Parts: sequence; C-alpha cells; structure tokens
Amino acid sequence: MWFYSEKVKELFKNPKNVGEIENPDAVGEVGNIICGDALRLTLRIDKKTDKILDAKFQTFGCASAIASSSALTEMIKGLTIDEAAKITNKDIAEYLGGLPEEKMHCSVMGMEALEAAIANYRGAPIKKETVGEEKIVCKCFSVTDKKIIRAIKENNLKTVEEVTNYTKAGGGCGKCKPEIEKLLKEFWEKEATKGAYPKEAPPKKKLTNLQRISLIQETLEREIRPQLKKDGGDIELVDVEVNKVYVRLLGSCLGCPATGLTLKSFVESKLKEFVDEDIIVEEVKE
Amino acid sequence: MKKVVYVDNNATTKVADEVFEAMKPFLTEEYGNPSSMHTFGGKIAKYIEEAREKVAELLGAEDPKEIIFTSCGTESDNTAIMSTLRAYPEKRHIITTKVEHSAVLNVCKYLESIGYRVTYLGVDSQGLLDLNELKSAIDKDTALITVMYANNETGVIFPIEEIAEIARQRGIVFHTDAVQAVGKIPIKLTSLPVDLLSLSGHKLHAPKGVGALYIRKGTRFSPFMIGGHQEQGRRGGTENVAGIVGLGVACQLAKKFIEEENTRVRSLRDKLEKAILEKIPNTRINGHPQLRLPNTTNIGFEFIEGEAILLMLDEFGIAASSGSACTSGSLTPSHVLRAMGVPFTFVQGSIRFSLSRYNTEEDIDYIIDKLPPIISRLREISPYGKTGQR
Repeated sequence: MWFYSEKVKELFKNPKNVGEIENPDAVGEVGNIICGDALRLTLRIDKKTDKILDAKFQTFGCASAIASSSALTEMIKGLTIDEAAKITNKDIAEYLGGLPEEKMHCSVMGMEALEAAIANYRGAPIKKETVGEEKIVCKCFSVTDKKIIRAIKENNLKTVEEVTNYTKAGGGCGKCKPEIEKLLKEFWEKEATKGAYPKEAPPKKKLTNLQRISLIQETLEREIRPQLKKDGGDIELVDVEVNKVYVRLLGSCLGCPATGLTLKSFVESKLKEFVDEDIIVEEVKE
Repeated sequence: MKKVVYVDNNATTKVADEVFEAMKPFLTEEYGNPSSMHTFGGKIAKYIEEAREKVAELLGAEDPKEIIFTSCGTESDNTAIMSTLRAYPEKRHIITTKVEHSAVLNVCKYLESIGYRVTYLGVDSQGLLDLNELKSAIDKDTALITVMYANNETGVIFPIEEIAEIARQRGIVFHTDAVQAVGKIPIKLTSLPVDLLSLSGHKLHAPKGVGALYIRKGTRFSPFMIGGHQEQGRRGGTENVAGIVGLGVACQLAKKFIEEENTRVRSLRDKLEKAILEKIPNTRINGHPQLRLPNTTNIGFEFIEGEAILLMLDEFGIAASSGSACTSGSLTPSHVLRAMGVPFTFVQGSIRFSLSRYNTEEDIDYIIDKLPPIISRLREISPYGKTGQR
C-alpha cells in the first residue's frame, strides 16, 4: 500500500475542478491509456491580461495522478500564463505534501499538461508532437530522451531507478535501461566538465598529498607532455614536496636555451591552473 | 472498528478460530522442541505427525510421509524446483507458464540467468493453456515441468491431470504450485500423477509462516534448506510447531467446508459478478467463465484505473485487489492479464474479488451497493469516461 499524504488523500477523495471547460482557450493533453495515466487540462484565459481565470481537468490514473491534477488546477488559477509557466513538478509535489518516490511521475504529468496547454495557448497544436530531434528511448511508455534528460536535470536524478520513478522510462520491459544509464552518464559527465572549467572558480577543496600528487601526474600527462613531445622534448616527475614539484627535462629540452621559460611559463602555469596556485616547479639536473 | 468487508482471500485469509485455539498451547506452555530427548519436548512430535496426516488427507495423498512442512508457499516452490534440478544435473531445461506466481516465475528467471533454458507457455484470452504447445516444448533436456494449479489473479484452473499425465509418460518431474487451489477445489493425489505440489497455510485460514510441499514417493529429492535432521532430513530447521498444528487443523476444516466452498461461496461469487456486469456498463470478466476457482472473480472496468477504485472501495471498508500497474509497485499492469491479452482499455482497471467461507450475503449486497457509484465517479474524472474515445 502507498503512504499518501493527507493532502493527496483529500484531493483524491474530493478532487477540485474536475471536468472540461467548454470552448477552452487552451488545452493540454498528455499520456495515454496504455501508459496507465493520462491528463486532459482545459483553461479559460483572459486574453487581455493573460490571466488564467479557470482550469479544469480530466484524469485517467491512480490516486496520486488525480490529486496531482487537482493540485495543478488549484495552483494555476489566478496566475498569468508567464507565472504559471514557472511551475515545476517539484512545486506540485510540494503542494501535495510530498509524493511517494515511485509516484513522482504523476507530478511530472501535471507539469507537462500545463506546458502543453500554455504552448497550445501560444499557438501550438493540442497534442504535443514529438520534435524531429527527439528520440523515443522507452518504447513501453513512449518516453523521449529529451524528457529523460530534463527530468535528470530538474530533479537531480542519479540512478536509472530514479529516472523510472519520475518519467516511467524503463518501468516496462526494461530493455531501455542501458540507454537510460548512458543518458545519465553523459549528462553527469557533461555537468562534471562544466564544474572543472567554471566561470567563477569555486573555492578549491584542500587536497590530500595523494590527491595532489595524482593530480600533478594527470596534468603532466594530459596537458604538458604532449606539448613538449611535439618539440621532441619530454618531462619526468621526480618528486613532490608540499608545493614544490621537482621535474627532470628530457630529450631536446636538455640544453635548450628556453628551458627556464618552458618550466615557468608553461609547466608551472599549467600546474597552477589545474592543481594549485602555490605550486613552484624546480628542475632537477642529474 | 470500521466495517470491513474482506474479499481479498487470494492474498491472505482470516485465521479460523478453531485453528487459533489449536495453536495456542504451542505458543504458551507447550514450547518444547520436538527433537529433544526429554518427554517435555519429544511429546510435541506427535502433534506434528497428526498435522501431517491431516494435510495428507486433504490432498488425498497415499502416505503422510509424502508431506514436508515449510515456511511458506514460496519456500515450497523454490524447494521443488531447486531440488529437481539438483537431482537431474545433466538436464538444463524447464517448462513453465507466463502466468505463474512470482515464487515460480522469478526462480525461473534466475535460473535462466545462470544458464538454464526456460520455456514460458502462453495462455489464450481466457487464460487457458495449449497442451500441444506444452508437448512440443518437451525435449531430452527437460528436467522439470512446473505449472500452477489455479491462477491467483483470475482463478483460472489449469488441466493439471492432463499435464501430469503428459509429464509422467515422458518421465519428466512435474511440480504444481497449488497454493490457490488447495482447500478451494477437491484434489486427490492418489489418482493425480503429480510429483511435487506446493501449498501455503495462510491461503486456507491457517496463519502466515507455514506451508507444505508434497513429494510423491519415489521422486528424487535433495533438501533446499540444509540443516538438521528435521522432516526426515528433507528440510532443516526447528519446526514451526504452532504453525504446523494450525495448518493441520486448517486442512481438516478445509476438507469439511470444501462442499460449501463450491456451493454457497460459489453462488455468492456468481451473484456479485452478475450484479456488477448488469449494473455497470463496459465491464468484463477476465478469465474462463467456468474453469475457475469458485471464490474468485477478476473484473475489468474500462477507462479507469484500479488503484483509484481500490482506494475508493477502501473508504467503505471493502478490501479487494487489483492488477493495475499502480498497485503492483511496478509500472506495468499484471503479467497475467497481459499474457491473456486483456484489452488495454480494461487492463489497468481490473479488480479481483476473492471470497471465502466467512463472506455473507450481506457482504455481497454491500459491495453491489457501493461499487457502481464509485465506477461512475471515476469515469466522470477520466478523460475517456464519457465517449470511450478521445
């Protein structure tokens, strides 16, 4: 049995705004009977002020789907279209006093119906057509990659199971789970790289010696050695002593008059950039 | 306490008063261990053997020794399957159906993952098997056929006698998960060539935590629960004495009431079913109308969702269950209804009512009174409710 909040139970038992507005100004339809839930949202909108005067819903689905739909209509009445557009599935779940994790997709359905209705008001057809670039990942529930990525981003989802709870993707035959895994990996890897080159550097965490050394090695391998090798040179890490990095230059670097420049303005500056501002590079000669 | 009309007896049943009374001494003063050498413990063994006789009698087994006690139906199923595979290590193929209980289905899926081959027999729209499909699935590598006696969701009864005969002729071990059938329909194992049969106590008015496995004499067996010498070395673990005694009494009662189950309970079920189909449009029975357990009906309500129906019934104290996705904890509706190809407009709105001998005419009238407004209310909310199409 699910443990629903009092608010969910109340809105399920006595849902508000059930029905259909005649000649509505906007219609949003999401889901279908095969998926197990569907929502049809109709809106009356004051065209001068863009204010939502009335909202009604019809829902095929479980208690939390009905409660989410009812909550949505209550939340948007009196808002302008622009204000309503800011409502997310989290807001709906919050209004309901929370939803069981497995039922979060009900709140997502509410948000999607609202978006579809707003798009419809702004001229889009009632049924949201799949954009050419989107790809259906979960065939059982017709969930696109775009929807999955959005749910990952907006709800900070980390596992396939969470994605299933929020979007239903992967909850049928389960064949698309590897693909969801891939989307998760790609998304979070991208986020991680964003973190590595932030516009404003976040305060750097103090590294342990081990972390510092391996980061130095990584940076040497990735950023420094390839460049030196282009010119026939090479570099070797000899030792690390707090912020002092001892290296040995090899190949054509040996005896090169530009050695000092190479060390300071290239090697040291790369290590400062990627490891620590305080790093000083020293050359070791036999 | 709020009124409760309990019509979810395929999920679990009320412990019969007689069963509880019989168990009490073994939960209080008679706490001895039947394996002990002293009289205080040793005398308990006698009660276990009496219970074994009662179980054997309900099943029409030749010898009480063919019964071992387990902790539940799931353990019985696991034991039957694993034991058989160990007994025939060279054989790597199992035949089962798509509509088994998860206690069998998930064991088969696990076995597939470790290299076994499993054939899952399909069912038709009434939930029935095609025995020719079964016959052609058998090959030299087949170690076991495991087919449930009656389906927990629809109540559909499989032709166990014919399947057992097919298996016997080909020398293949046959196991049946009879958890839903025992106590509801007569079973006579002396004339039914089943090798292994599972049953569960709490489905027939014994408590949870006790089950049994019938092992026909001559069937190769190796224990699943490895431990002490209990149950003649076939199931390790100190006996659940009170549970076993309770199961014995429950079987005795089931034998006594099996006639009533197939007359009075059946007619209550039929009354409920008929009234629902008459009063509520766009409904259908899922499962063969005749070849069914007398206590079970599975009804599909088109264009609405099962969890919502259940919660509204719950408001009136009516306890039933559903095969809808939302109630299963997964996102897909019942594997049984899907295997039957129940139309998608009905499958999410399927409700199972399963009765017992404790249900009364008033219970049924109460449900008949409360259900129709619930269905029309939910259809009002549903976008498909009015037109049926959108």
